[in-house]
Order: sequence, then C-alpha cells, then structure tokens
Amino acid sequence: MSTATKTKEKEAKERQQARRPRKRSGAEAVVEALKAQGVELIFGMTGGAIMPVYDALYRDGSIRHIIVGHEQGGAHMAEGYAKVTGRPGVVMTTSGPGATNLTTGLADAIMDSVPLVAITGQVPTTLIGNDAFQETDVRGITTPITKHNYLLKSPHDVPRAIAEAFYIAGSGRPGPVVVDIPKDVSVGATDASLPQRLELPGYKPPYEGHPRQVQRALELLRNAERPVILAGGGVIHAEAADELRELAELLRVPVVSTLMGLGNFPRDHRLSLGMPGMHGTGYANLALHYCDVMLCVGTRLDDRITGKLDEFAPQARVIHIDIDASEIGKNVPAVVPIVGHAKPVLKALIEGVKRWDSIPDWTPWWGQIERWKREFPLRYREKADVIAPQRVIEELDELLDDDAIITTGVGQHQMWAAQYYTFTRPRTLLTSGGLGTMGFGLPAAIGAKLAAPERTVVCVDGDGSLLMTIQELATAVNYRVPILEVVINNCALGMVKQWQHLFFERRYAESLLKPPPFDRVAQAFGALGRRVERPEELPGALKWALREAEARRLPVVLDVIVDPDERVFPMVPPGGANARFIPSDPQELEPEG
Amino acid sequence: MPGLNGSGPHPEKLHPIAAIVRNESGVLARIAGLFARRGFNIDSLAVGETEDPRYSRMTIVVRGDDKVLEQVVKQLNRLIDVIRITDFVETPHVERELALVKVHAPPGRRGEIIELVEVFRAKIVDVSRRTLTVELSGDADKVDAFIDLIKPYGVVELARTGRIVLARGRERALPVPQPAQGQKEEQEEVAQR
Repeated sequence: MSTATKTKEKEAKERQQARRPRKRSGAEAVVEALKAQGVELIFGMTGGAIMPVYDALYRDGSIRHIIVGHEQGGAHMAEGYAKVTGRPGVVMTTSGPGATNLTTGLADAIMDSVPLVAITGQVPTTLIGNDAFQETDVRGITTPITKHNYLLKSPHDVPRAIAEAFYIAGSGRPGPVVVDIPKDVSVGATDASLPQRLELPGYKPPYEGHPRQVQRALELLRNAERPVILAGGGVIHAEAADELRELAELLRVPVVSTLMGLGNFPRDHRLSLGMPGMHGTGYANLALHYCDVMLCVGTRLDDRITGKLDEFAPQARVIHIDIDASEIGKNVPAVVPIVGHAKPVLKALIEGVKRWDSIPDWTPWWGQIERWKREFPLRYREKADVIAPQRVIEELDELLDDDAIITTGVGQHQMWAAQYYTFTRPRTLLTSGGLGTMGFGLPAAIGAKLAAPERTVVCVDGDGSLLMTIQELATAVNYRVPILEVVINNCALGMVKQWQHLFFERRYAESLLKPPPFDRVAQAFGALGRRVERPEELPGALKWALREAEARRLPVVLDVIVDPDERVFPMVPPGGANARFIPSDPQELEPEG
Repeated sequence: MPGLNGSGPHPEKLHPIAAIVRNESGVLARIAGLFARRGFNIDSLAVGETEDPRYSRMTIVVRGDDKVLEQVVKQLNRLIDVIRITDFVETPHVERELALVKVHAPPGRRGEIIELVEVFRAKIVDVSRRTLTVELSGDADKVDAFIDLIKPYGVVELARTGRIVLARGRERALPVPQPAQGQKEEQEEVAQR
C-alpha cells in the first residue's frame, strides 16, 4: 500500500471521526463552533442564562474575552473589530436586559452592513412564553434589526446554527445575526457535528454582474459627457478599493465617496471630490447634480446623500452596482441595474474599458469641476483665543499616518472629521452612518485597537456622544487598550443646536449640556486625561497623548474645549435640493448674540 | 419614498404572490413583520405545507403598483427563510378561495337561497332553524359575487381563506429544492445507525 493511499485512508478516518464527535454539552458545542470559525476575541457580559456557555469558554481557555461595561458597548466593540478586520465581530450576552441592551448595536450594524454574530442566552425552552425572570422575546425583538436570527430548540441545532450565522453575517451584504440559546440547550448533550456543507436554499448571495448589464454600463460611460462615480461603503466591504481606483484612473472620472465609503478612494487623489450630501463638499454635490452618467457602487443612496429626491441628479442616467438587489431602484431609479459583488463587477468594467481604443475627453467637465472647487472650498474661520473644532481634525490629520484608524460619535464632530481628515485607505474611518448612534466612537475604538494593536486608533468624539458610552473607559483601562479619545467639547448637542440656530429661530431646546470635566473623569477611571483650551496648546497636547497612550499602555482622554458657536458647513437644508447648499456660515460676520 | 404606499404614477393592482418558505416556527411572523415594517398592504394571506413537508407555500395577495411589487419581491427575497417568490400577475394560473357563509334563512326564504347555492355550485354544510351555512369555492370574483347576492338575506358570519394559486400547465413554477447529495447520504447514514 502506497503512502498516499495510507494518508488518504487516515484522512478519511479522521473525517469520519470529525463527523461523529463525542457527546458534549450544547455550550461546549458553541465554543467548538466558534473556534472552528477562527474566533479569537469575544466582547460580552455574562449573566444567568448564558453562564453555561461562559463556563465552557472558561474551561476551554483559548478564546480571549473582553468584559464590557454595557452590552451596547460590547456590540459597538464587535462592530469596531469587524470594520477593521472585515471578519464578523462576536458579542455575547445573557437573556432579557443583556439582549435588549444589544439592540442599538444590532440596529447600527444592519444599517451599516457590519458583520456581527451575537450570541444571547435565553431562559430554558420549558419557560419560554411564561414571562420568566430575564425573559424577553429576543427573536421577535431583533427580527427587524438583524439579517437573520435563530432561537435554538435543541442542543443538536448548535453546530449548524453557529456555522450558518457566521456564513450569513459575513457573506453577501454583511449584517448582524443573533443566535438565541436557551439554557437547557446549552446544558443538554449533543453529538451533532459541524456541518460539512450548509443547506441554505433561500440564501444565494450574488457575485458576478450580468454581462449584458456590464456591457450597457460601459456604453453609457463611453457616451457620457459629464460622468461621476459615487462610491459607498460596499466598496470597502467588497475589498474593491484597488479596482475602484484602477477604473477611475483609467477613465479619469471624478470619484465622490459617501460617508460610509470614505477611505475607499484616496481623498488626496486628484480625482477625489470628497463626500456628497447634507454636509458634503459643494463641488461633490454640484458634480452629482449636473452629471449625465452616475456610476453608483455599493451605496444605498439614502436621504442624507440625495437630499430632496425629486431634484437629485435630474439629468443623470444611473448605473447602480449593489450586492443587494433591493437597494437598486429603491430610492433613485437605475437605468442600468447590476446586481453583484463590487469587486468582480468593477473588474469586468475595467476589462471593458481597457478594450476601448480611446478614453473620451472629459476636459470641459473637469474645467467646470475645477471652477466649483475654487468657488466652494472647504473653509472655516479661526479665532485667536478659542480652538476651532476643524483645526483639531486638521492637526490629527497632520500627526497621524495613513494607517491610523479614526472612530467617531455622531453629530458635528463626526461631520468635521469626515470633511477635514484625509482618509486614504479603506477601513480607516469607523463611524455610525445609517443609524446615527451617538456613543459609537469609544467602544468602536476599543474594538478596533484590539483587532489591530499595532495601529494608532483615535476616537474623535463629542461631549454628548461620549457620555452615552463613557463606562467603556473602564474596559479600555482594565485591558490596557491604548486609544486616544479626543473630545470636541462644545458643551452642547452641537448638531441639534446648529439646526435650532438655523431653523428654529435660535431656541436651543434641551441641547445645551453641562458635561463633567472629562480629563478628571478619565483620571478617576485610571486613564490619562488632559484638558486643552488654548489653540497654541493643541499640537503639543495631541503629541503628548499619542506618545503617552503607547508608553503607558493606557487610554488617554483629551478634553478639547472648542468654539461653541462653530457650525458645520456646507449644509443642504433638510428636505432641500443638494445643488442649493449653504456654502458657509451665513452668520459668519455677525457677532454672536 | 413616493409610490411605496401606492400613491405613485403606476396603477394599483392586486398581485397574487407565492412564496415557498422554510416550514419552521417564526417564519410567518418574519414575513408579516416585513410587510408591516415597510408599509406594504396585504389583501389576504394563506399558508400551508407543500408537497415537501420541509417547506410551506404562502400565497399573499398584495395591493400596490409595479414599483411597490418590485420592492415586495426584493425584500421577501432578502429573507433567508424565503426560498422562492413568484408574482402571478403575468403568469397564467388557477386560483381558488374557500368561503363559509352563515346566512339568515327563515323557512320562507330558504328556497331562494338554495337556488342561489345551486347556481354557484356551492354546498350547504350546516342547517339550523334560522340559518344555512354555505360552503363555496372559486376564484375571488365568484366568491365576491356570491356574497354580494346573498347579503340582502342577512349574512350572520363569514369566513374566507384567502386565495391560493398555482401556475397552469405541467411545469412547477416553484420547484421545491431537492435535498442535496451530501444531505441524502447523511440521511441514509442516520437511517442505518
């Protein structure tokens, strides 16, 4: 008998054994299934119904677990991990409040297509429906905010459900999946093996685009006079930034990157027009408004991008590439719908363009765009005695390398970060786009730093946002996660205040805050903290913070007191047409009353 | 979004849609929730097992214009539990609905009612001193017409199943997925144990 045959027989035998594992508890099967998925890190919080699974994790000892301050924080940490690595983040909680606290994170993840697997404990199947202690209908609650969810009925379901959950979360259009595991399921015994293959007849994520549609897209592009590429977060999920760049450079077409897409195309590239929409650059909005062909890749074209839908890009013939067919034509009608994964579709377009004998001459269109760029540059005023928030972002932009990761909360600081930071690589901006979840930034930064310890991670936060998940400072201190938390502190829910200023006759209804001294709060948590008030202190303080974080292996909080009257511009008034943006602060010359 | 609730430029129609779904608990709630959440209007919904007990067939009659229908089909397709969707509005099909009608029938008017029942090839399935209960099946128009005619006598109670639909001809418009090779082996293996 040859060695090859022997090896083959041995392998077959091993496979046979692998298919019929020993009896073990459902909880042990959970751990085994997680390990089979290569899970190295779990964010979570234990409690009654999930304790058997935690016990199995403890006895196994090979998966690192981070105790979070609050389950919402755990979900955002898992999102941060997922956004940096592209692999599903894992969060684990108990039943009832543990699971309900997750919901904001799940809703955030479904809106921004973040792969997440949430494992929740549940009361024993015998008690389900009885309003038992810490019982909630997790499957019912999470159905509208997950890509899929499971309520396991038997320990035999565990291996298959976990394997499916990871596959569904990470493939196609990524999203969160919940696996709800009743206590008797995790305690009960099973010899069910990990499935050799998944049986999901109702789930077939598309890949290649239809060749005829790709051909039609090429024809439209070739005959375009004023083409624009609008690229979203889907390009990042698809790892297609290189293809996007190659196509744009081949065509010499301007590229507009959505908020979720920032980093999918280098912002310092001559073809980049930055971000569109409500706080997008004037020239990006004008280019979209006046274009005649719009190539959309991996974007939902949501209301913050389109502004008033009826007046969005009135002359544009839209080519829409998306892996989720339901996004195509949902908001903006597409002349050429291409259902597919951005990477192969962009590759097919590149191949097509390479076969052209020449690239059309778009000089007049570029001339117009250059005029808009000169007319509507991003700008803000600096005052001598108070820090301009935009200046904080520009300082960070100068200090940090291209590899650094920025996370944000939601509001003015988020928009300033999007406008003034030069994102050049995918997965360097982690922000809550669709749901607009204040409090996202700090936990996301922790998850990001744990996923990529060698990279600098900075959370640009607001004073309002930070307070929503500030307990995670304890997590960062306990696990010595050296992140930099920069609070753009204007003692207000700044974006709300801005709207009140512009549209509610300056009635600041419940938008003015009295935040605690964040530097001292940080110190009390065991982190480093420093308050920064003077413009001239800022560069030194940022350098100190970046240095000390790594040197002391501790999070650093910089409480940066900024001009409370600074507002985000350009701005498209809500419900207005994108082309009619307010380019800069109309009150700029008026003294603040 | 304009048009999603039927206010768009396209005419509203009733679309019978068939969905083959996994026959598991929670699937109906998932689909009903989707319709509620996205503001889609359901006229009727009928659910039952298919020829393969692993799958159920849902026949949903949706009210809306073409744009709404496109979204309904796309959103249903996103659900992992939904195997296949067919919109029958353009496909030749047979449809049936079953109704039970309890009608006020004092002795003096029974004759007229029985005549109507015969014209519609319906059946009387229960009789009491003052009522008759009629079973009727047919397409939705026929059921509507019967109810319309019987109304003047006084309808005491009415139950309708909602439509069920199959494509005409030999073809299976919604082929239920066959167990994959690997799974068959596994099942055999389990059976041998």
